[in-house]
Amino acid sequence: MSPQVEAAFARLPEYLAWHVLLSASALGLGLLISLPLAVAASRNRHIRWPVLAGASLIQTIPSLALLALFFPLLLVISAASEDLLGYGFSALGFLPALLALTLYSMLPIVRNGTTGILSVSPAIIQAAEGVGMTPRQRLLQVELPLAAPVIMAGVRTAAVWTIGAATLSTPVGQTSLGNYIFSGLQTENWVLVLFGCGASALLAMVTDQLLGLIEAGAAKRDIRRAAIGGAGILIGIVVALTPLISFGKPASYVVGAKNFSEQYILAEMIAERIEDLGGDARMKEDLGSAIAYRALASGEIDVYVDYSGTLWANVLNREDNPGRQAVLEELTTELAERDGVLVLGSLGFENAYALAMRQDRATALGIESLDDLARRSGGLTMGGDLEFFARPEWTAINEAYGFDFRARRSFQPTFMFRAVTSGDVDVISAFSSDGRIAADNLVTLADPRQALPPYDAVVLIAPDRVNDARLLAALRPLIGSIPVEAMRDANYSVDRDADKLRPVEAARSLSQQLGLD
Amino acid sequence: MADPRIALERVTKTYGAHQALADVSLEIAAGEFVALVGASGSGKTTLLKTINGLITPDGGEVRIEGEAVDALTPHLLRRRIGYVFQEVGLFPHLTVAENISITPKLLGWDKDRRAARAAELLDLVALPQEMGARFPAALSGGQQQRIGVARALAAEPHIVLMDEPFGALDPLTRDALGDDYRALHERLNLSTVMVTHDMTEALLLADRIVVVAHGRVIADGAPQTLAASSDPDVAALLAAPRRQAERLRARLGDAA
Repeated sequence: MSPQVEAAFARLPEYLAWHVLLSASALGLGLLISLPLAVAASRNRHIRWPVLAGASLIQTIPSLALLALFFPLLLVISAASEDLLGYGFSALGFLPALLALTLYSMLPIVRNGTTGILSVSPAIIQAAEGVGMTPRQRLLQVELPLAAPVIMAGVRTAAVWTIGAATLSTPVGQTSLGNYIFSGLQTENWVLVLFGCGASALLAMVTDQLLGLIEAGAAKRDIRRAAIGGAGILIGIVVALTPLISFGKPASYVVGAKNFSEQYILAEMIAERIEDLGGDARMKEDLGSAIAYRALASGEIDVYVDYSGTLWANVLNREDNPGRQAVLEELTTELAERDGVLVLGSLGFENAYALAMRQDRATALGIESLDDLARRSGGLTMGGDLEFFARPEWTAINEAYGFDFRARRSFQPTFMFRAVTSGDVDVISAFSSDGRIAADNLVTLADPRQALPPYDAVVLIAPDRVNDARLLAALRPLIGSIPVEAMRDANYSVDRDADKLRPVEAARSLSQQLGLD
Repeated sequence: MADPRIALERVTKTYGAHQALADVSLEIAAGEFVALVGASGSGKTTLLKTINGLITPDGGEVRIEGEAVDALTPHLLRRRIGYVFQEVGLFPHLTVAENISITPKLLGWDKDRRAARAAELLDLVALPQEMGARFPAALSGGQQQRIGVARALAAEPHIVLMDEPFGALDPLTRDALGDDYRALHERLNLSTVMVTHDMTEALLLADRIVVVAHGRVIADGAPQTLAASSDPDVAALLAAPRRQAERLRARLGDAA
């Protein structure tokens, strides 16, 4: 077995356990909400339309967006609950994923439940009344048993959807089989992506077959078959969840990482240093950019690396650019005052937004700076990562230089680099520490008007860890000790197509190279 | 004198502009077998359903063994009254024995007593015991309606309501089931109210025929009394069976 696959298998018990826990809870909760709704909708045709339309409407929201929308919503509710009851809760991880998936599972259950109950023949309803059943007895003893096969068919559909959509809970901080897919996508590790898709598809198929047994048992009134299906589901859940008993206990330190290679490598380095000093460390990867800082400020994660410009613009909502050192200093005081977050220091390199072009194309067009680019922009196509055109940096350079691109396209970062090397786009939003800049023969364009803020990589410590001497001792040696070239090489060793290293290997090699081990 | 088993007093029921029942009064004694006849839309089924509370009248009062129906809990009332209708409505997910003993189960009878009662009723409706373990889908139409009758009788009601009970059966089965039910009616001293649009069936089974037209009772009496009626509507209802009987005699001669 290749080491990549071996490493993937090593993480399977934890990922699968969370995936099963999440899907099963969402489906169970969905069933608890949907069945009464289906009964109500079948009883009263005035609420039937709104209920079914509402469930359909939820289905039209892309599942990733639905998951992401629960984060700000829960944040508001949590803040309100903290004010009113003195008790807040985490807006990240399990809860938003559970709620979104629950909503997502409802449509097939509500729809099939309503149809199933309504399709019980009027003669049988009349008989149920005639023999003296109460409305409740009629529902429980006649309508639900007769509708059971149709309802179970809906539950099967819901289960397959839920298990598939649960992979999307990774970006809101909930471990799932999606961890394979998201980190695989970021590091172009297609084996990992396939592994994640395969595992989730297999889980969905097995669940579907077991639920199919229950459905067939209900349709043919074969208790034995339904019992085998039910027992299979229960045993499956219990077996899948056993690893959580050990994984579930909170590690003493949680290291956060956003969703790209440099973040994975730095998080591995940090985790390793914590473990070298006798601490326990667990990773929480693939956090969305906006989510990571909030997770740190609320103590969800203990430490992660962010970039000064990102914090400046997104957390402090600043648009000015007083210079690299001033930004760092002001961040350190403001974050400490505002959220109690400690900016431990800069790692020594910048990972700034920079616009990059193919070397040959830039030379041919005579473009060296953003001023040159602006003059030529009418004939050029710009590619950005998924968030770039919505970020203040884009607004800032656009205002400073007055671009007028022929077209703008957004890509997942991996495909963005493909697009610029293949000539599909002329210029892209890159990061200065990205190893692919050198590897793909790209040049970064100068920013003479200093429109782009500085992006020093800084180590951030959660409020309740700022006095943790062991943690600080583990991390201080990293400050100021990673040059941009070393970071670029490490990033490229993970991003390149051949001889790829896993982030943990890249982290080790970087530590060795810098004498930090 | 004891209360009549069923009493309707000035019962009315309107659906929008259509008057389904107009001021109907009727008393049915223990042991009576009453046929409600009339054209479709005459109100005979509506009348039947006011007796077990499936339809609530707009005015007037229905009393069962002296108790006003609107003061009784509907499902408790229905457990006291057997109900048989054309579509039978056996529960497809329950065995024949479970179908028969459904009302006893709702009344909280224990398992042994229910099983004994189901066995007794299979005998009563002349079906073999092994049929109890089957599901309704495996039964013929006539067998299903026999189970329908058994289910109606399971909780030992004094009153049985029948809505076109044998309408969907072939003539032979219909005849046999009608005769068998009439025998049960007598044996158990039931009060039976049967809705039918078939005058011949009414004449052959019932002690008393109530003719309903446009929501009113236009005739009420024993078959012989009805035959003497001068009312043109009643005469018209009796004309068809009479003509049939004459033609049969003419065709079959003395063999009839």
